[in-house]
Amino acid sequence: MSAEEKKPKERVGVYVCHCGTNIAGVVNVGEVSKWASDNLSDEGVVVARDYKFMCSSLGQELIQKDIKEQKLTRVVVAACSPHLHEKTFRNACKGADLNPYLCELVSIREQDSWVHTDKIAATEKAKAIISGGVARVIHHEPLEPLHVPIHPATLIVGGGIAGIQAALEIADAGFPVYLVEREPSIGGHMAQFDKTFPTLDCSACILTPKMVDVGNHKNITMLTYSEVQKVDGYVGNFAVTIKKRARYIKTEDCTGCGICWEKCPKKVIDDHFEAGLGYRKAVYTPFPQAVPKYPVIDDINCTYFVKGTCKACEKFCPTNAIDFNQKDEILTVEVGNIILATGWDLFDARRVPNYGYGRLANVFTNMEFERLSNSAGPTGGNIVLRDGKTTPKSVGIVHCVGSRDKNYNNYCSAICCMQSLKFAHLVHEKTGATVYNFYIDIRTPAKAYDEFYQRIIEEGTLFVRGKVAEITDAARNPGEEGKLIVQVEDTLVGKQRRIPVDMVILSAGLEPRYDSKALAKTFGISCSADGWFIERHPKLDPVATMTEGVYIAGCVQGPKDIPASVVQGAAAAARILGKIQQKEIALEPVRATINEEQCSGCRICNTLCPFNAILFHEDRMVSEVNPALCQGCGTCVAACPAGAIAGTGFSNEQILSQIDGLLLLNLNKKEAVPAVLPQV
Amino acid sequence: MTDTPETKPLDSTRDKPFEPVMIGFTCNWCSYRAADMAGISRMKYAPNVRLIRLMCSGRLDPTFVFKAFAGGADAVLVSGCHPGDCHYATQNYKAMRRFHLMQRVLAQMGIEPARLKLLWASAAEGQIFANEITKFVEEVRALGPLNWNTKPNAVEVPAEIPVEEVQA
Repeated sequence: MSAEEKKPKERVGVYVCHCGTNIAGVVNVGEVSKWASDNLSDEGVVVARDYKFMCSSLGQELIQKDIKEQKLTRVVVAACSPHLHEKTFRNACKGADLNPYLCELVSIREQDSWVHTDKIAATEKAKAIISGGVARVIHHEPLEPLHVPIHPATLIVGGGIAGIQAALEIADAGFPVYLVEREPSIGGHMAQFDKTFPTLDCSACILTPKMVDVGNHKNITMLTYSEVQKVDGYVGNFAVTIKKRARYIKTEDCTGCGICWEKCPKKVIDDHFEAGLGYRKAVYTPFPQAVPKYPVIDDINCTYFVKGTCKACEKFCPTNAIDFNQKDEILTVEVGNIILATGWDLFDARRVPNYGYGRLANVFTNMEFERLSNSAGPTGGNIVLRDGKTTPKSVGIVHCVGSRDKNYNNYCSAICCMQSLKFAHLVHEKTGATVYNFYIDIRTPAKAYDEFYQRIIEEGTLFVRGKVAEITDAARNPGEEGKLIVQVEDTLVGKQRRIPVDMVILSAGLEPRYDSKALAKTFGISCSADGWFIERHPKLDPVATMTEGVYIAGCVQGPKDIPASVVQGAAAAARILGKIQQKEIALEPVRATINEEQCSGCRICNTLCPFNAILFHEDRMVSEVNPALCQGCGTCVAACPAGAIAGTGFSNEQILSQIDGLLLLNLNKKEAVPAVLPQV
Repeated sequence: MTDTPETKPLDSTRDKPFEPVMIGFTCNWCSYRAADMAGISRMKYAPNVRLIRLMCSGRLDPTFVFKAFAGGADAVLVSGCHPGDCHYATQNYKAMRRFHLMQRVLAQMGIEPARLKLLWASAAEGQIFANEITKFVEEVRALGPLNWNTKPNAVEVPAEIPVEEVQA
C-alpha cells in the first residue's frame, strides 16, 4: 500500500467497550475484538481487547499499559458517542504520553447497539465502524490545543431569578458582569408572584434584596430595557451587540421620586406586570421596588409621542431628567462567556376554548390570580371576582392547562401542582371559600413539597381526579344559575360530575419564550422540538450547551421552580468562574490552513467563509486563514479547487480512509473487488 | 437484478434478499446529535447506514460521496442542520448546493440520483433521523444494489471505468 511506503506503519490498539450490557447485550464484543485483531493487522492493529467498562479507571489503565508496553502509536476506542467520552479517552492517552489527538473514539452504542435489535447485523456494523476508525486514525496527526485568553467579563441575558443569582455569584467573585434585561426592571416572573411554595414566604421579600444587591454591585453593569442583537466571536472572546432602547429619562439626573408617573395623564392597561388586571401610566416603573428605579416612557402610549403635545412629566420633574429626544443606543461589549436565562412565557389559556378563558369573566389564569392575591396588586390582595368586589364562595382550580396534553404541550410544566396547592391555601386563608382542585396526578417531589400537599388536604381542600372537560355558564338547574359549572369525570369514582363554582383558576403551563428559536440562532445553540434550549448532557451537564462558552440557566432549559432555577444560575456561574480563573482556554485545534504554494489565489474560499477568517494577500496573490477567527467548519477545505486547504482533524486523507474502512467488510464480500483498501 | 447469495460466516446479513450498504455524513452539531438522540431514546432503525462525522455538512467534499459509491456503498446520506440553524451560520446551504450538483453528476454517470439523500435533522430530531434512515433503506432496497463492478483504483484513473458495465 502506498501509504505504508510513505510513512512507517502505525501500531494501533483497538478497545471495544461492553458498556455493561448496553453494547454487549446486542453486539458480540468478543467476536468484534477478535475480528479486529485477526483481520485488521494489515492496517496496523497490534492489539484488540474488549472490556466491561472502557471509561472506568481500570479500562483507561488497560489502554495506558498497552500504549507503553506495546508501543502503540494510535488508539481506537469503540464505545459511546464522542460527545460523551472523547475527552476521557484523549486524556487517558495523554496520561500515557501519547498525543491525545492520536486517539479516535467511534460510537458503537448510540449508533449501533442502542438503535438496532438484529444482533448479527449490529455486530457486523460494529466491525465496519471500527474498521473505519482504524483506517482514519492512521492519518491522525499529533495536535496541540489552541490556547486563547478568556475575557474576564460575562454576559447574562435575562434578569429573572436565575440570571440574578448567576450575576451575583460571578460579581461577588470579583469579575465583571453585564446583565441584559428586556423589561424596564430586573426581577422576572418572580417579582409578580405573591407567595412562594412550600414555605409561603412572600416572593418580593426574598427577591427584592437580591435585586438591590444587583443594582448596587460595583461589578455588575445592568442593561435594562435592552436586547441582544448580535453575537460575534467565540468562547473567551465574544463581541456582543446590544440595543439599549431609549427610556426618555436621563438616568444620571433621575432620582426615581415618582412625580412623573403621578402627573402623567395617560392610563394604560398593564397587561404585562399586572397580567391585564391593573393600570399603569405611560411613564412608569413596572412595580415599586423596580431595579433600576428609573422609569421609562412608553412611546407607543405616551400622549406626547402620539399627539405631539403634553409633556406633563417634563414640566413637573424636579431634576429635569425627562428627555424626549433620547434615541436607542447600540452598544458593543466584550465578554468571555455567556449565560442565557431568558425564562418562559405563560401558556395562552385562550387556546383551550372549552375552558372559556377570555369569554367567561370569572375564569382567571394563574398569573392573574398571583396579582389578585398579591397585596401590592391591583386589588390590594383581595381575592375577588372580575367585578372587583364580590368575594367568591367556591373556587375551582384546574391543573395541567396546556401541559401534559397532546393537543398543546406533551411535557409537564413542573410547577403547576405546587402552585395550585398554594392557590388553594391562599383562597382558603383569605376568603374561607370551598376550593376544588381538578388534577390528573399530583406531583410533589421536592423537599417539603409533599408535606405541603398533606397540609392542604388537612385544610379541607377538595380534590377531584380527572381532566376537566368543559367550563360553562349554561345552567341546567337552579343551583347552577349564575355560576361557572365545571364538567369533569371523577376518575376515582368513575362518574361525571358538574360542580358549580364562583371562580375558576386555570393553572396554565410554562412555554418557551415566543422568540426562543431566534435567540438560539443568535447564540448558536439548539432548541428542542418544544423550544427549550438543549443542554450538553441531560443529566451530567445540564447548564452547558454544545457551544463552548454559552451556558443556560433556569426555565430556558425546561420548566422548573424557583429553587431549581437558582441552583442552575449558581451552577452556570460556578462553571464560568472556573473557566475565567484559568485565564485561558484550550480550544479544539480543528482549523483550516492554506498551503500557500498550492494556493492559486482564486479567492473562492474568501466568500465562502461566514466568519471572514480568510484574508487575501494582494501582493502574493494567496489566501490565508486567521486561526483565531476560523471555527473549523471545513467548507473552504471542501471547496478549494486546488486542494490547497487542509482541515486539521478532518483532513481529506482521514475522511477518505474512513470511507474505505467502513466499506472494508463490504469490499471483502464483493468478490469482483479485491479486499484491499483502494488508495486515492 | 438480484444480489449473489453468499454464505460466508461473517455474511449473515446477506442471507436476506438485499441489504444495502450506506455511508452517512453527519455534521457534528445537529445531525450527529440527532443520531445520538435516537440512540439515547433507543429508537430503532435499519442497521445499514454507517456514519461519518464531519464538523459541518459544508465540509462535505463531493469526492467523499463519489468515493463512497466507488468503494461499494449502495447509497449515501448527507445530513446537516436545518436551513437557518447551521452552527457555522450558512454552511449547510453550501452542502445543499453541492447536493444538487452531485445528483446531476450521478445521473450523468448512470447512477440513480435517488441513491443520494439530503436530510436536515436538528439535535432534537432523533425520531426524524431514525425514521428517515429506515425509509431511505427501503427506497434503496427497491432500487437494488449498485453494481459498481470496477477495479478499486477507478477513482484514481477515471478513464478506466468500463462504462458499459454500469447498470443501475
